[in-house]
Amino acid sequence: MSKVYRTFRMALHALRRNVMRAILTTLGIIIGVAAVIAMMEIGNGSSSAIQSTIASMGANNLLVMPGTAASGGISFGAGSTMTLSPQDSEAILRECPAVRNAAPVVRARTQIVAGNRNWVPMYIYGTTPDFLAVREWTELAAGETFTDRDVRNGSKVCLLGQTIARNLFADESPLGKEVRVKNVAFTVIGVLAGKGANMMGMDQDDILLAPWTTIKYRVSGSSATVANQSAAASSANAVNSLDQLYPSSQTSLYPVPSDTEAADTPLPVRFTNVDQILLAAQTSAEIPAAIAQVSALLHERHHLREGEADDFSIRDMTEMMKALSSTSDLMKTLLLVVALISLIVGGVGIMNIMLVSVTERTHEIGLRMAVGARARDILRQFLIEAVILCLAGGAFGIVVGRLCSYLVTKFLHWPTLTSLTAIVAAVAVSASVGIIFGFYPAWKASRLDPIEALRYE
Amino acid sequence: MHLIELQDIFKTYHLGEVDVPVLKGISLNVELGELVALMGASGSGKSTLMNILGCLDHPSSGTYRLDGEEVSQLSPDGRALLRNHKIGFVFQGFNLLPRTSALENVVMPLSYSNENLTERAGRQRGTELLERVGLGDRMHHEPSQLSGGQQQRVAIARALVNRPRLLFADEPTGNLDSKTSKEILEMFQRLNREEGLTIILVTHDAGIAQYARRTVRISDGLIVADAAGGAS
Repeated sequence: MSKVYRTFRMALHALRRNVMRAILTTLGIIIGVAAVIAMMEIGNGSSSAIQSTIASMGANNLLVMPGTAASGGISFGAGSTMTLSPQDSEAILRECPAVRNAAPVVRARTQIVAGNRNWVPMYIYGTTPDFLAVREWTELAAGETFTDRDVRNGSKVCLLGQTIARNLFADESPLGKEVRVKNVAFTVIGVLAGKGANMMGMDQDDILLAPWTTIKYRVSGSSATVANQSAAASSANAVNSLDQLYPSSQTSLYPVPSDTEAADTPLPVRFTNVDQILLAAQTSAEIPAAIAQVSALLHERHHLREGEADDFSIRDMTEMMKALSSTSDLMKTLLLVVALISLIVGGVGIMNIMLVSVTERTHEIGLRMAVGARARDILRQFLIEAVILCLAGGAFGIVVGRLCSYLVTKFLHWPTLTSLTAIVAAVAVSASVGIIFGFYPAWKASRLDPIEALRYE
Repeated sequence: MHLIELQDIFKTYHLGEVDVPVLKGISLNVELGELVALMGASGSGKSTLMNILGCLDHPSSGTYRLDGEEVSQLSPDGRALLRNHKIGFVFQGFNLLPRTSALENVVMPLSYSNENLTERAGRQRGTELLERVGLGDRMHHEPSQLSGGQQQRVAIARALVNRPRLLFADEPTGNLDSKTSKEILEMFQRLNREEGLTIILVTHDAGIAQYARRTVRISDGLIVADAAGGAS
């Protein structure tokens, strides 16, 4: 124990004898470690910035669709059953910890009119205010979003995407104006910020958002009419000459009820269904957990028995997740390579100076051997000197690296992220660099012949 | 029992194809407590003999018993241990560590010793030795702040720190003026007389050999004269 302490003190003393050189030697390691730390922090920062950008494109989103209805071997395609309820959405948010936000969605596709202009938006979504949180779209260009209260009341308010606002109102502000959707007048209370096209090239700004209750009960009537709107439209087309032979609308078997009659006897609705539920997972890493939790919850809520086919399906954005992970993987590999190169350069510097030091101190080595130092004592002494240099360099490097990344954040406004891994790795690597690159000079010193070394001038 | 017992020591250096015999059969006994001068011109083999006696090198053939122990075939590590315990060296060029205080220089050999002295005990011993060589007030000076004579005295203190039986002085006064040389040589005499330390002075100067009680002359790898003499 005291021997190690003595050697350690001896090494410190030897380094103090040539402070300037020790500092210059360490500089290589300082720069190396500082570069590693700064690179890792800046890299981590930009990596997480890129990840959040990709996440805002919807990489963390999951889509729950109702299952497929089939009748007599005829499938009606995805989403054709009516099994999802708004309560499912609330339950998911409440009971699945991996889910950050959930919003039910009711879709419609129809013409909207404002003044003397009209437009058919790509998306007319009836939803809850949570929708914007799910899509990470909470910034509005103007106005404000609708509230849960609007959803409860079925208020006739809506938010417009940039594309619709431009096409219906041109340069005017749409706020407070009226937009008619299937003859239901909505007041525009907000305009969404621009989001551009999605990965498929679909214009995401071509959207009208309203409370789902309003779309469901005032616009669509029922979800089924959405699917049949084209049939309804073509039945109105009197020009079709085949209309007489193949009537697209069925002949009514019963007398058509008058409006008063219809209002008096509403169709019994077992439960309200929504077209889909949009979810956001806490992080992209928790997507598989979120899928499992939501799946289990819906099984329970829909009373599905063991072995029974799912009446819903969950989709994730696999493509985006791949892009996300490959981006950060690439970043990390790149940084690792840069880090290794700079540390190797620093290590070679240490080896160089230690070799010079051995040559210069040949006389001292000879003397130490003459008074009884064994080869291994000399080896240990020089090795410890190299390791001390590297560790000191590592410690300073951490400080300098942290400072660099701080300055970069402060003046260049690049995002940085403190990385404990980088710090631990930098210290471990600089110690091993000291041992690896310090070994050869130390071994050379220990192999000196005491007589030759004493005679060396 | 003799302290040093050399029998038929040969040392041959191999320089490429050529064999250069340096020592050609040396037999020598040195008793405990002797003060011996080892004399010879340069190239006579006296340095090689001193290296073998000081266990820095091993002979090509012959036996060397130090303190009753056969040491001619020891491993380098074994010889290092032996040097540390039984032998002290004083060199012509002092060989102090630069930018290191006198005290640190003196206690340096302790770090290679098996004795396991505590830090405090080691410093205590170093302090005593420096006081004994008359440098009690220069303990924390660095070699560059000391005169030649003072540096050599630090070197003597360092040679004694492991309490050796045997002290080698290789041209100890070669770098000193005559007055300081005299002081140093008298110190050797005093150490020999008062502590019973066995000292071997290696020199080419007959004037220095005068201080020894026995003079061994070497020429061309052989002992040519071995006589008591010189001052007492």
